[in-house]
Amino acid sequence: MPLIHKPATELHELIKTKQVSSRDVTEAFLAQIHHVEPSLNAFLTLTDDLALSMADAVDQKVSKGLPLGPLEGVPIAIKDNICTENIPTTCASTILKGFLPPYNATLIETLKQAGLPILGKTNMDEFAMGSSTETSAYQKTHNPWNVDCVPGGSSGGSAVAVAGFEAPLSIGSDTGGSIRQPASFCGNVGLKPTYGRVSRYGLIAFASSLDQIGSFANNVTDTAHLLNLLAGHDPKDSTSLALEKEDFTRLLGSPKKGLRVGLPNEFFKHLSPEVKALYTTLINTLSQDGIEFVWLDLPSIEYALATYYIIAPAEASSNLARYDGVRFGFRAAGTSSTAEMIEQSRSQGFGAEVKRRILIGTYVLSSGYYDAYYKKAQKVRTLIKKDFDRAFEQVDIIASPTTPTPAFKLGEKTNDPLEMYLSDIMTIPLNLAGLPGLSIPCGLHNNLPMGWQLMGKAFDEARLLQVAHQMESLIGFGGCA
Amino acid sequence: MTQWEVVIGLEIHAQVTTQSKLFCSCSTQFGSTPNTQVCPVCTGMPGALPVLNRTVLDKAITLGLATHCTINEHNEFARKNYFYPDLPKGYQISQLDKPICSLGYLDVEVDGSTRRIGLTRIHMEEDAGKLVHQGSDNIKGATHSLVDLNRSSVPLVEIVSEPDIRSAKEAKAYMESMAQIVRWLGVCDGNLEEGSLRCDANISLRPKGTETLGTKTEVKNLNSFKSVERAILLEIERQTDILDEGGTIIQETRHYNEATNSTKSLRSKEEAHDYRYFPDPDLVPIAIDRAWVSRIEQTLPELPTARHKRYQTELGLSDYDAGKMTVDRETGDFFEATLSLGSSAKEIANWLNGDISAWLKEHSSTLAICKLTPAHLAEMLKELINGTISGKIAKQLVDDMLETGTHPSTLIKEKGLAQVNDTGAINQMIDIVLSENPKAVEDLKAGKVQTMGFIVGQVMRKSQGKANPDQVNKRLKELFSLS
Repeated sequence: MPLIHKPATELHELIKTKQVSSRDVTEAFLAQIHHVEPSLNAFLTLTDDLALSMADAVDQKVSKGLPLGPLEGVPIAIKDNICTENIPTTCASTILKGFLPPYNATLIETLKQAGLPILGKTNMDEFAMGSSTETSAYQKTHNPWNVDCVPGGSSGGSAVAVAGFEAPLSIGSDTGGSIRQPASFCGNVGLKPTYGRVSRYGLIAFASSLDQIGSFANNVTDTAHLLNLLAGHDPKDSTSLALEKEDFTRLLGSPKKGLRVGLPNEFFKHLSPEVKALYTTLINTLSQDGIEFVWLDLPSIEYALATYYIIAPAEASSNLARYDGVRFGFRAAGTSSTAEMIEQSRSQGFGAEVKRRILIGTYVLSSGYYDAYYKKAQKVRTLIKKDFDRAFEQVDIIASPTTPTPAFKLGEKTNDPLEMYLSDIMTIPLNLAGLPGLSIPCGLHNNLPMGWQLMGKAFDEARLLQVAHQMESLIGFGGCA
Repeated sequence: MTQWEVVIGLEIHAQVTTQSKLFCSCSTQFGSTPNTQVCPVCTGMPGALPVLNRTVLDKAITLGLATHCTINEHNEFARKNYFYPDLPKGYQISQLDKPICSLGYLDVEVDGSTRRIGLTRIHMEEDAGKLVHQGSDNIKGATHSLVDLNRSSVPLVEIVSEPDIRSAKEAKAYMESMAQIVRWLGVCDGNLEEGSLRCDANISLRPKGTETLGTKTEVKNLNSFKSVERAILLEIERQTDILDEGGTIIQETRHYNEATNSTKSLRSKEEAHDYRYFPDPDLVPIAIDRAWVSRIEQTLPELPTARHKRYQTELGLSDYDAGKMTVDRETGDFFEATLSLGSSAKEIANWLNGDISAWLKEHSSTLAICKLTPAHLAEMLKELINGTISGKIAKQLVDDMLETGTHPSTLIKEKGLAQVNDTGAINQMIDIVLSENPKAVEDLKAGKVQTMGFIVGQVMRKSQGKANPDQVNKRLKELFSLS
């Protein structure tokens, strides 16, 4: 098996035991990147030199006989909305064209400390607003399973980097499904941790109360090891929680006896008969292994999409106010007053989807509308949280399809924003509730992967990963050849 | 013609004295080179997040307690959204419906009577940066403008009064009183020149005897106590003229120009911003429990007005002296410390108000930074009361103590300043002076008491101020049988 097809944990073992060097591994992925990028377009910026110098530093440690940390030496790709000092960070937006952050996100500092060579920055929907990576101002990313299809979004580039064997691991962010949905479309494991589990410092904000950094990997074990690195309190992020360090791999391989998994009726309502059949078969297979499935109701879920499209744009309209052309990024030329400069910089710098959401957000926060929209949405959000709390009194895990359909064609939904928004209908509720969730591949439909979404209690990632690991081995999904 | 009642509410912005900014660890030092006290957080870099400086909470609670406010258990920061080049995030982090303090009051002395001014709220917020216009003093005519973000995110408290103020004079007194309190508590340095304390006034008129509020205008840029009074007077006059002629007041914001003593319209209600406030999702709500408030309550110093009264009733100081001794915390604490070492209140007040204050003024110094200590002053006063030194020598000593910080006993010993109380030596000096001034002796013999002062002065001069003037007086009276 070529190096690039090996899981991250195995690559790390090979490096640690001096069977290959981190440079060998990194060069293999860089070679794959240069080979497939012309057809996939997953990366916006490549950082070959940085990756190789980081790899060499790991190899030096190995040659000196120094111990390596977890996953040390295994390269990784980063979504382009995470600040990397002096490396372009654009959020796939014209308004941040050429922006060189003066600092590293906490996550980047962590990865540098941990010695994971950084391969580059991946494409995404502009400011993470989208479900297909098509709103990127720079390029279209293609799904490796079928290059005519979208990779999903907004972390499409990161999902494709792993699915296309350009990176064994990658980092994404998930505000309404931006990790789980592309993981589902690309057939890999995408984890969104509990809100507050991973520091957001340096993650360019879309909707602060929903944004969470997470990961893509080829399997659940790699995902658990990576979470060990990502998780932790950060004094620079007031919303990150100070919890005891824990080992998220500790429950892997020892399936929980008497596992009860909840299936929300609401998530199975709108599926096509073919897709529904796929999940029925899956549930039957898993039941035979002693997993008990329980049908349950999350009655407030039907308002989740509407709630999300008030809260997320409201926060975004404020978070994106700093892009005014004054201090960094794009500034429109030829203007004659500051007001005009700000107006023109934003008009020319933001794409259509971003503008649409800024407008919605500005509207729902306006005086006279605030109570009717934003305040009410916050109340519904509480109801959704309560629905989940009640469900978790009966079950250990809640499961559902990750998306109602497999990856759709490029251009298919770009002219119909509402249709596009619906592709996140299964993933959005979890962000509103702040809970952890992941998507694992569970089968093919029309030769495209479908995802199985598992949702856990707050800060119960160890259990979530345990169950995902158990199901993963029962499903035996082959991956993209 | 209608008699108008003036209704004024003040919004005071006070910069909270802290080492670091409200949401990052950058320094708050005033007057540094532009953009040297900045970081990703206070420059609004993408991805940067605010972390609350808890010192500001403590100080805001302190001010709230001192002004009889309710300290709200549930505290939340909100974003106030608007675009301006000096506002790096495109929003200011402030507080809206869950401020830290609400419903307090401040008693203000105006013309010998006490006026109670209600406080609607006190909330915390961050300051904006500063625009430096190039090629002109203001934005008009400037070729371009530079942005200095050193001040961005410096902590402020905004103190909003009820519309309880009824005259420009009251407004000034309220502002002065608030300035005294924030300084006294160490919440704010109260430096108006550096903009640590700024004020906006909401002014309206209504027919005397009516309750409904008239249309108000907001006057901004009141950067001195004098400005507060003058700008409000101007605005009252402007509104009175309009109303007297049957016109209506337009709700608007007006800008006061100190140099020309005039106001001009900045924007009307129609042009007012919709700030689209909402709770800041980057900051978690803060619960301030009873224990927290109690902890601060225990550190709350006696307030200047209470101390002022106590000095009058318990120490018998005059209203003037009591006021002077409570003018600021430094003076108050210096006075207290000296008092605790056994000196008389009146004596301390006299010296602090007199020679010491004159010296400090002359040397642009303050009690906090000069070399005089309460212990030294107390010692000097003891020697004065004991009669070891004369009043004249005492004056000389105080200057030396202020200058060098030397202990008064050391100065007395080293310079031989001790008073001469030896009767023989004094009598000898008197004899010499009398023999040198036969005319004065004649006058004294004739019972001209006024001449005695002259002779005493001559004796003091001869003794270089060291002779005990009481003894000189006594001896002269004996010699010439004067009473």
